Amino acid sequence: MSNVFKDYEDKFPKNIMEGLKAYIPKDTSETKTRKILEEAWKEYQEACVEAGECVGLVAAESIGEPGTQMTLNTFHFSGVAEMNVTMGLPRIIEILDGRKKASTPMMEIYLKKPYSAGKDIRKVALSIKETLFSEVATGFSINIAEGVIEAQLDREKMKDIGITDAILGKQVGNHLKKGYTLRISGDSMILKCRSKEEALNELYKAKEKIKTIHLKGVKDISQVLPVRRGEEYIIITAGSNLRDMLQLEEVDSSRTTTNNIFEIAEVLGIEAARQAIINEVFKVIESQGLNVDVRHIMLVADTMCTSGMVKGITRYGVVSEKSSVLARASFETPIRHLINASLVGETDNLNSVVENVMLNQPIPVGTGLPGLVTTLKSEKKKDAKESN
Amino acid sequence: MAEEEKQVMKEETTEKPVETPENKEAKEERIEATEQYVQKRVKSIVFSVLSPKMIKEMASAKIVTPELYDKEGYPVDGGLMDIRLGVIDPGLRCKTCGSKLKECVGHFGYIELARPIIHIKFVSIILNILRSVCRDCGRVLIPESKIEAAKQKLDKVEEETNAETRRKEVKSIIASLKTINKCPHCKATQQKIVLDKPTTFMENEKRISPIEIRARLEKIPDSDLEVFGLNPKAVRPEWTVLTVMPIPPVTMRPSITLESGERSEDDLTHKLGDIVRINQRLFENINAGAPEIIVEDLWDLLQYHITTFFDNDVAQLPPARHRSGQPLKTITERIKSKEGRIRHNLAGKRTNFSARTVISPDPMLALNEVGVPDIIAMKLTVPERVNEWNKAHLKKFVENGSNKYPGANYIIRPDGKKKKITDETKEASLEELQPGYVVERHLMDGDVAIFNRQPSLHRMSMMCHRVRVLPGRTLRLNPAVCHPYNADFDGDEMNLHIPQTEEARAEAEILMEVQTQLISPRYGLSVIGCVQDAISGNYILTRNMEITRDQAIELLASIGIVDFSKLPRKEKISGQEVFSALIPEDFNFTGKTRDGTEVVIKNGKLTEGHMDRNNLGEGSGLLLRNIHKRYGKDFAIDFLGKVFRLGIEVLLRVGFTVASSDTDLPEDARKNISETLRIAEEQVNELIDLYHNNKLETFPGKTLQETLELKILEVLNKARNETGALVAKHASPDSHTMLMANSGARGNLLNLAQMAACVGQQAMRGKRIEKGYADRTLSCFKKGDLSPASRGFIKNGFKTGLEPHEFFFGAITGRDSLMDTALRTPKSGYLYRRLANAMQDLKAEYDGTIRDSAKRIVQFEYGEDRLDVSKSENGTLNIKRIIKTHL
Repeated sequence: MSNVFKDYEDKFPKNIMEGLKAYIPKDTSETKTRKILEEAWKEYQEACVEAGECVGLVAAESIGEPGTQMTLNTFHFSGVAEMNVTMGLPRIIEILDGRKKASTPMMEIYLKKPYSAGKDIRKVALSIKETLFSEVATGFSINIAEGVIEAQLDREKMKDIGITDAILGKQVGNHLKKGYTLRISGDSMILKCRSKEEALNELYKAKEKIKTIHLKGVKDISQVLPVRRGEEYIIITAGSNLRDMLQLEEVDSSRTTTNNIFEIAEVLGIEAARQAIINEVFKVIESQGLNVDVRHIMLVADTMCTSGMVKGITRYGVVSEKSSVLARASFETPIRHLINASLVGETDNLNSVVENVMLNQPIPVGTGLPGLVTTLKSEKKKDAKESN
Repeated sequence: MAEEEKQVMKEETTEKPVETPENKEAKEERIEATEQYVQKRVKSIVFSVLSPKMIKEMASAKIVTPELYDKEGYPVDGGLMDIRLGVIDPGLRCKTCGSKLKECVGHFGYIELARPIIHIKFVSIILNILRSVCRDCGRVLIPESKIEAAKQKLDKVEEETNAETRRKEVKSIIASLKTINKCPHCKATQQKIVLDKPTTFMENEKRISPIEIRARLEKIPDSDLEVFGLNPKAVRPEWTVLTVMPIPPVTMRPSITLESGERSEDDLTHKLGDIVRINQRLFENINAGAPEIIVEDLWDLLQYHITTFFDNDVAQLPPARHRSGQPLKTITERIKSKEGRIRHNLAGKRTNFSARTVISPDPMLALNEVGVPDIIAMKLTVPERVNEWNKAHLKKFVENGSNKYPGANYIIRPDGKKKKITDETKEASLEELQPGYVVERHLMDGDVAIFNRQPSLHRMSMMCHRVRVLPGRTLRLNPAVCHPYNADFDGDEMNLHIPQTEEARAEAEILMEVQTQLISPRYGLSVIGCVQDAISGNYILTRNMEITRDQAIELLASIGIVDFSKLPRKEKISGQEVFSALIPEDFNFTGKTRDGTEVVIKNGKLTEGHMDRNNLGEGSGLLLRNIHKRYGKDFAIDFLGKVFRLGIEVLLRVGFTVASSDTDLPEDARKNISETLRIAEEQVNELIDLYHNNKLETFPGKTLQETLELKILEVLNKARNETGALVAKHASPDSHTMLMANSGARGNLLNLAQMAACVGQQAMRGKRIEKGYADRTLSCFKKGDLSPASRGFIKNGFKTGLEPHEFFFGAITGRDSLMDTALRTPKSGYLYRRLANAMQDLKAEYDGTIRDSAKRIVQFEYGEDRLDVSKSENGTLNIKRIIKTHL
């Protein structure tokens, strides 16, 4: 049995082979198995892409056509979470543009064993959330005459989040300019400027700066939400910081992910980014109730990533990499491309589609690809004459 | 095209163009131009900058006078319309090549500029070079020892980005080497050069004249040009400062004669006139030894005219205008943008042999047919070559002439001369017709045609159909193929193209015919399926219909079935049995209906379940997909056509309509509904009270107000769903509205509930309506009112009728969704264009890899398993089926 499969191991792609192994009943005779595999092989070969097939355009059509049916609905409630996520066409555009910043960064954090079962889930979630100083302060007052900034502290909240005076003092102290003395007494934090000359707007600036001082948690994570998914608990966050998150002890670094493709490319590499693009685009298309095969999305993701960097489908990204001057010119900013081509003395070898359309010549895809080798009657005669 | 780029076409000169000898006799008879045969194929195009020498060499005339025509209206020699530059008047012959109008492609001329002029498109590169090059010796400001290293570094930059960033990088390299102030070669001190836009270069507040610029650029050795990424073979930097200017041929700037007999010149001609005039004046002034100021002024003016000749949209310059005030369209404007040469005329083309009219449905046509009005069929033609065997056949068409169907419009002689068939020429044409001639005969039944509806978003938007010539004035198509075209009949128009060559016809038939496009390459399922009435009909038929054998036979006969052996021999025949008559004997299938019951087809008999959208509709279910796989495309399309007609015929017999009574509810149901809504409203009021008394418990991370909104939404949505459930419970499942909803033909339960009971909450951006006046939505509410009614909850159904404010809320969301559609279409269109442009030259190679036009590998295996989606079953190879059939 197993050696029958072995014969075909190299022929089939992995997923089909696995399917065959799983679905052929174990008690099937060897000859029968061989026959099934042979038939499957035949069908597989028939279902393969043919050489010259214009797969790129088919992929573009397959994503572009349902694009018109997608809703512009920017905001979408993801289940009970009530967290806003960009979905629909804007999200697809955002991904394919290759924008450095996602408009609504989001993370899905998977946890390691005891935590994933729900242990201290709230506490873990809160410890991830970034706490800024303004969140633990209830009010600020500035005393101009003495050059003093006073902040009222929300003791209860501090206790909740787990911020002690020591942490507070250290963090604020690290971020402040020299020339301030810090004192925490009771419910207020008092900052005193040593030089009384400090101007009012300087004080005001200092106050604004204190507000944004990072006290605790992971940077850029503005909201956390523990959610039960299947058997385990995960944490969904608004804001994203993959690099720091993966360092945390509680986090399962093999499954935790973000929707920011550039972050993934930076932290995990280009292959991971490719997969992230596929996942993100597929997620949007699926959520709109549309049916698009992954293969098309894969091809788009691959074109974006072949150069080793994530490049958007824009005139600065993928299109600028084209080898043909006319193909680039026919997309956007034609003049610029023509001028630059003339300065470099570029040669257009006319081996892609648009250039040949421009020149009324057969395009080198599909049926335009193969040439016909034949000797014409007149040529035959000539040949005969020459040989004589 | 732009003159600055010399486009040398390397042609394969294997064959010389065969020019048909002009036959005097034939010339008189000839009505249309001779057919052109392509003998050459362009292999590559090299771009470079025109050198002054080249400009002079390729010119056939020197232009010296701004005058266009003499008193008789004949083009002046040495003027801008000189006939050495080509001809645009019928009857004249080109002095350069001797050809007539339409044959002569035109020839360039040139003018000698009195003073050098900076070419606007090269300003940035000139600035860049001037700044990085010694003003005395013309060397790059990089020491000899470091030039190689710099080049390598720059090559890398260029590879990663583009040539423009490379040039910027040169500057930063020089800055980092600290050689910016002193030339490392000749030790001359350097000055700071700034650009006073658009075309003036300043060195230490002093203007550098174009003459000086040109002199400096001339001094740069070829070897140093490589640092800038310039190719010395393609461009010398001094060529970017013009001393001679090419004059484009008149054929690209033809003048039009107005009705009054007045000539109206092209924008380019106007601009060139300005240039030549000012240039002449500049010459005269210089020769007469005019004061410097006057010369300078004229020089600047010439610079302005030449700049606007190339680009009339330069930021710092006022655009040159017509007398009417509208800006001139000069070279840059001609090339760029959607309406420009590249996208409008080169990447997109117009065709002959095509037709366009309104479409209308005709279910009696086969799916791969198109009904063509006879008027159109008599205009569109198919060329057919005469041989011994079809001579008699084709003669009949010629005999009929062009006004009688089926006739012919033209005959083409073997030498390519085209002759129109009229009553006068008919006899002669009949006589001369012999093998080798081509007859352009009228369109006939069975001819192939390509049918298309814009926007052509996917390949199924252009499919090949068989022509069926019909009376009437619209193009007809089977309503089942509406879906791939996304067409309806509210006035849609579609296009028809008739392929003219044997190759084109073969490709259309083999690759584009409707049956070959049955399976969508997007998801591997059928894109064509039953729609609307066809689904309702089959649903009614297969669910619980029983008819007599005679009726069954009559029904099947009406859809074109003549073999009734599959019908059981008994008095009463069930709908399932009628449907089974269409299924082949050896077909087995199991699937699911929309309500979850199983559909079983065993040995060609529908034994369990009924037909609905899940099985018959497009893009869902595997019934159609399995039939296609098993019996092939031609059977599948035939089957689909029959099923479709069967559905319609059933409806014709039972009658089908939507009635107001479909939405009638019994008294207690209505009471229940109003009670549910009342309770919901009470709950909401309680919540509002809690909110006002600050007793509402907030959700984490939400404000009090947000919490309230969420809770209210929850209550109201629940209420609406309850009313929906009540309607579903009480509505008769046999009412036609419910039939449509259940079969999936059209509409859903929600639509019915909105008609019968309650329209529900109108939401914008996932929230209740908040916009309007301060603290309230409409002026008929109190300020601060948070009640359901004041925030867009419509408690009436469409049948009972809406309150004025409810109607208004409905209009708000209606308008919002209209806006959404209007804004989305261009966005998704642009995304599509970008995708298509980026990926159009990716193709599968013979080795199974996916590569782009430069043969760079994008994927090693298509989709990781090489499966073609359009040959797969919903994206997979159906392993289970294979095992089952061969076990």
